[in-house]
Amino acid sequence: MRVSEGEGETVSKATAAIVGSGNIGTDLMYKLLRSASIEPRWMVGIDPASPGLKRAAAEGLDASAEGVERLLARRERPDLVFEATSARVHRENAPRYEALGIRAVDLTPAALGPAVVPAVNLGAHLDAPNVSLITCGGQATIPIVHAVSRVAEVAYAEIVASVASPSAGPGTRANIDEFTIATRRGIERIGGAVRGKAIIILNPAEPPMIMRDTVFCAIPAGADREAITASIKEVAAEVASYVPGYRLRAAPQFDDPAPGSDGPARVAVFLEVEGAGDYLPPYSGNLDIMTAAATRVGEGFARRVLARRATA
Amino acid sequence: MPYSADLDVRVTDSSLRDGSHAKQHRFTVADVRSVVGALDAAGVPVIEVSHGDGLGGSSFNYGFSRTPEQELIRAAVETARRARIAFLMLPGLGVLDDIREAAGNGAAICRIATHCTEADIAVQHFGLARDLGLETVGFLMMAHSRPPEVLAAQARIMADAGCQCVYVVDSAGALILEQTGDRVAALVAELGSDAQVGFHGHENLGLGVANSVVAVRAGALQIDGSTRRFGAGAGNTPVEAFAAVAEKLGIRTGIDVPKIIDAAEDVVRPVMDGECLLDRLSLTMGYAGVYSSFLKHADRQAARYGVSGTEILLEAGRRNLVGGQEDQLIEIAVALAEK
Repeated sequence: MRVSEGEGETVSKATAAIVGSGNIGTDLMYKLLRSASIEPRWMVGIDPASPGLKRAAAEGLDASAEGVERLLARRERPDLVFEATSARVHRENAPRYEALGIRAVDLTPAALGPAVVPAVNLGAHLDAPNVSLITCGGQATIPIVHAVSRVAEVAYAEIVASVASPSAGPGTRANIDEFTIATRRGIERIGGAVRGKAIIILNPAEPPMIMRDTVFCAIPAGADREAITASIKEVAAEVASYVPGYRLRAAPQFDDPAPGSDGPARVAVFLEVEGAGDYLPPYSGNLDIMTAAATRVGEGFARRVLARRATA
Repeated sequence: MPYSADLDVRVTDSSLRDGSHAKQHRFTVADVRSVVGALDAAGVPVIEVSHGDGLGGSSFNYGFSRTPEQELIRAAVETARRARIAFLMLPGLGVLDDIREAAGNGAAICRIATHCTEADIAVQHFGLARDLGLETVGFLMMAHSRPPEVLAAQARIMADAGCQCVYVVDSAGALILEQTGDRVAALVAELGSDAQVGFHGHENLGLGVANSVVAVRAGALQIDGSTRRFGAGAGNTPVEAFAAVAEKLGIRTGIDVPKIIDAAEDVVRPVMDGECLLDRLSLTMGYAGVYSSFLKHADRQAARYGVSGTEILLEAGRRNLVGGQEDQLIEIAVALAEK
């Protein structure tokens, strides 16, 4: 914890380390630098030539290419760590953070801790030592599934995430099943659909397309469509409070049950996620929504850390 | 160099997979048994069976299958005496477990499709297919949208991952003669003896058979078609016409021409809801370079929102939509209706 002066009164912030100096870690740094409750103090990478580390140093962070060993060996340790490496690296690091009492926000697909979507279930996991942010498609679509399932039974929900090719990194490409399976699970467990399905499409169009997501939820034929629409709009506004470029592209579309291949009655929701352009280009809303969600989760953790310190 | 001692090229019939689009994914086990029986008897060496969008395609976005595709694959395997049964899968939609299940049901050939710039998302899937002892085929979809050298580099990624034959896939039916030949030749030059090259054509500009002949002359050893054109858009290269043309050109396909002509008329046609036509919408797809499977979806959204299907497809072309983005057609229709 660090105490700093702000507008004449003493403001305290939780300290944070960003592990991973790639695109995600760097974008996240700019978001954390704006946070009222988190101070990013360290960035840890493995490549001294990494542009992310240079940018971190320029912003006054303690930037090191010597991996997590040096970070964890210091006398002063971070309250929070944001893991923006890979699932494999996070599996190695997570037990060490936990042993030292450092809260971890995991942006990799490792899925060790409970899965969190800030607009849906952040409150339930503020005491967890480690939380997972699932996938970008999950962060964008699970809030909508939740919005529908809280007012109507959703026997099945399906999402289609279209992202610009340049914003899909080598990790995603090498294990695309990890995306579809982790997102499906999130749709079911957090979104509240009985059964889920996730589809991801990479589109190489130039100029790159802004991330698009479509959510289809099966609903009972007699469901209250006005209540569903109101619930979707409310939740979308909640997500937009921490992801400013998150918006509905059209009003929710309702279809009656159809014989043949169209299936049961449904609501379809069309989303666009434009990034804030902190470091990654605005088309990569898929990456922006992850760093924005991580910031939101980190701020929830920070409040807990600070409250505990205040009463200690 | 021929495909084998007996065949110059090997033909794969896709009526029970690409035809699934035209049938709106309503195949029954009886449909599969009758089509496989007739094609097998006519000497078609490979028959592809699955949802039009591949394993796991049954969905709101692409249409729900009437019969689970794994049941259809099992029925095809049971029915075929000589033909080998293939299936399609698209990484990002289908998953590794789907491949395992299809292999367990007796399918022999795993065909893995990606957009033609995204081959690296299929590496894991080719690896598994080979581990399972399946023959592998890779699909570079929407091949008209990229130049030959880009396709060749993507084909290299697939071959290195374990793909045994990479197809130039003209998903939009937009390639024209030399454009087909140049692409096939670039893949042949890149892959050498590491993998074969194939061509999958559509009829949206009426060039399925002609493009396939050009592909063979450029070195393709595998050719896709659908008997009676039973496929997406204006349909696929008609197998019966390609077999007849190939015979006249001295290209051995192993297909009995009179038998496949009869099968097209007497067995495949009755399974189809209607002929696959080179009509306004499908010609528009070839002209604008739009993914053929969008046809029925554009048709339905046009009717649902009272807008023009042609306008939907032209906008899909302007947005550079790729295969799989059927959801965006709805959003386009909503926007057109609001205009």
